[in-house]
Amino acid sequence: MSDLNLKNGTSAKSAYNLRPNFSDIVERHTLAVMVENEPGVLARVIGLFAGRGYNIESLTVAEVDHEGKLSRITIVTTGTPQVIEQIKAQLGRIVTVHEVHDLTVEGPSVERELAMFKVAGDGEKRVEALRLADIFRANVVDSTLNSFVFEITGAPEKIDAFADLMRPLGLVEVARTGVAALSRGG
Amino acid sequence: MTRQMTGAEMVVQALIDQGVDTVFGYPGGAVLPIYDAIFQQNHIKHVLVRHEQGAVHAAEGYARSTGKPGVCLVTSGPGATNAVTGLTDALLDSIPIIVLTGQVPTFMIGSDAFQEADTVGITRPCTKHNWLVKETDALSSVLHEAFHVATSGRPGPVLIDIPKDVQFASGTYNAPQPSTSHYQPTVKGDITSITELVEAMEKAERPLFYTGGGVINSGPAASQLLRELVAATNFPITSTLMGLGAYPASGDNWLGMLGMHGLYEANLAMHGCDLMINIGARFDDRITGVISEFSPNSTKAHIDIDPSSINKVIRVDIPIVGDVGHVLEDLMKVWKSRGRKTNSSAVGNWWSQIKEWQAIECLKFTQQGKVIKPQYALSRLEALTKNHDRYITTEVGQHQMWAAQYLGFEDPNRWMTSGGLGTMGYGFPASIGVQMGHPESLVINVAGEASWLMNMQELGTAMQYNLPVKQFILNNERLGMVRQWQELLHGERYSSSWSESLPDFVKLAEAFGAKGILCSDPDDLDEAIMEMLNHDGPVLFDCLVEKHENCFPMIPSGKAHNEMLLGDADTQGAIDAKGSVLV
Repeated sequence: MSDLNLKNGTSAKSAYNLRPNFSDIVERHTLAVMVENEPGVLARVIGLFAGRGYNIESLTVAEVDHEGKLSRITIVTTGTPQVIEQIKAQLGRIVTVHEVHDLTVEGPSVERELAMFKVAGDGEKRVEALRLADIFRANVVDSTLNSFVFEITGAPEKIDAFADLMRPLGLVEVARTGVAALSRGG
Repeated sequence: MTRQMTGAEMVVQALIDQGVDTVFGYPGGAVLPIYDAIFQQNHIKHVLVRHEQGAVHAAEGYARSTGKPGVCLVTSGPGATNAVTGLTDALLDSIPIIVLTGQVPTFMIGSDAFQEADTVGITRPCTKHNWLVKETDALSSVLHEAFHVATSGRPGPVLIDIPKDVQFASGTYNAPQPSTSHYQPTVKGDITSITELVEAMEKAERPLFYTGGGVINSGPAASQLLRELVAATNFPITSTLMGLGAYPASGDNWLGMLGMHGLYEANLAMHGCDLMINIGARFDDRITGVISEFSPNSTKAHIDIDPSSINKVIRVDIPIVGDVGHVLEDLMKVWKSRGRKTNSSAVGNWWSQIKEWQAIECLKFTQQGKVIKPQYALSRLEALTKNHDRYITTEVGQHQMWAAQYLGFEDPNRWMTSGGLGTMGYGFPASIGVQMGHPESLVINVAGEASWLMNMQELGTAMQYNLPVKQFILNNERLGMVRQWQELLHGERYSSSWSESLPDFVKLAEAFGAKGILCSDPDDLDEAIMEMLNHDGPVLFDCLVEKHENCFPMIPSGKAHNEMLLGDADTQGAIDAKGSVLV
């Protein structure tokens, strides 16, 4: 009984093996989830991701319809196509979730994120930071003799690029809101 | 209709209006107003359990055997945390129950008050939905909505946490209305997909129905439709542990249960079919074995009310989201309207193949000597009780699998077992719940001695309410399934898998005022079982069985359906079956 000729991916200590032979290409998807704005609804969504081992790259939430008591949660997540489908189906099961939209596949959409960057330095670096901020259309929302706080809005890639440029120029602190997204068209 | 009343009175009124006749519970400080309201009415019977876990399992047993939601009432803090195992059990087996918990007063929430726990936080992942009600005026609508959520779509457990001040305060009670909430799951299947399935059924050469608990949850009409469909098509049918009874065990097309301890013919049919029609099952890992080799050559159709079940584990070709009863009704209509076609000659050949597998007789055993084999004990129990109006519950382990193999279920809602969570300690309280729902019927809990001890305190409940539940304990003085795995996978190192210091079960029964029967001789077994059946009251039947019997057939770890271990059974002919059957 000792040799059960176990196959790769299985363990002698495990009764089962969950390795489906679906596509294993990991994709990034932006989901818009309309939920009832009731206590605990965010915990339900986050608990689902934590409990089932899904990724959250970013998450934003705010009430968008006060009369209808609806909030919109925008989640950027990653996973194989099968995992993404599961995430959507599992979100849809939550009793207080009204709609789940996968903006990545439901036609073109626009994504924006707001970020604030504190950059400290003086001399040439300070000038350079200001010059780059101008190119990126970042606003200066606070300034001291040796620091700036920039505010920038844009697609996450633009904010990543700005962060990369600020890092050698004295980047001290970053705050990002996470992605808000809407589908394009009517 | 609206009326003014206290929150506690609203709870009782809502239960009455929802048709509840029985509540399983245990009082405590934070639910005293509700218990006071229960005391002052005669519509609802309260069953005092001995532990809150028992209350939830009893409610599950009641729900599964009656088709109505089960209701529990427990106090805050430890009352609520003791309910967690039962809630999780009900979630995994999709059982509709409503658990009402008391909570500390709203103004004390968050202060670490006496018997305070974050009940909605703790139970959020183990309920279908839960609510903390902070205003008495909102209570009645939440109570009614809870019944709607628990019983609609894929059923499941819900919990309502009611702070004590909300129970005391007065507010407006609203009678139940048809739910207008957002939560209205789809029950009708997509007719295009159903037609696609019918087309596949017309062509299929090796079709197979694979049914699960969803058929039972859909109600008796779904089981009736399933039987008609099977009879009309002559396709073979197998079922999960959860689905036993939807199709009768005595039916011509029945292959028996499939899965890890399923029947040889059922598993090989799953492996070899070319059309798998999954009706209300969820491709659980105990069913599929190793996924990469699961039923490699079949077109797979999947009927399920829960969209998240589709493609969760196994990619299917024809997904149909809907209630089993509704979908089967449409399926029959489409199939009939297209001329009731099947590929009957190919299906005939398929049956010839299946009959060869059945000839292996994978459940055959030989009772010899003076030690009772557990299979023999269950065969005799089956023979002596199958003509009774009988309900069976089980605990979890080897005895559970043997019960599924050796007992025959002719109707739905007759078989209550913890399938998904595998909760030892489930069966005894569940049998109490079943007996409450069916006072005149024979209710037997097939148990192992270790599982049974996990909720043995409920013997007090059975005695108090004179519930004549029969506890049929297959006592091998071992944690049998653990021991079996240790033998097969851990080099026969039996780490903590035997029970020392077991009680004398006869004396234990007598200590509670119940009847105890000890049986250790196969020649005495029939008489002892009859004695158990003839006793009007709870019986603890201590059946001493072979200590090292293993449960076969078994699909070992990481193996496919065609790589079953058949154990002691006669293996002639298995070798030349497709695939390499390990013996």
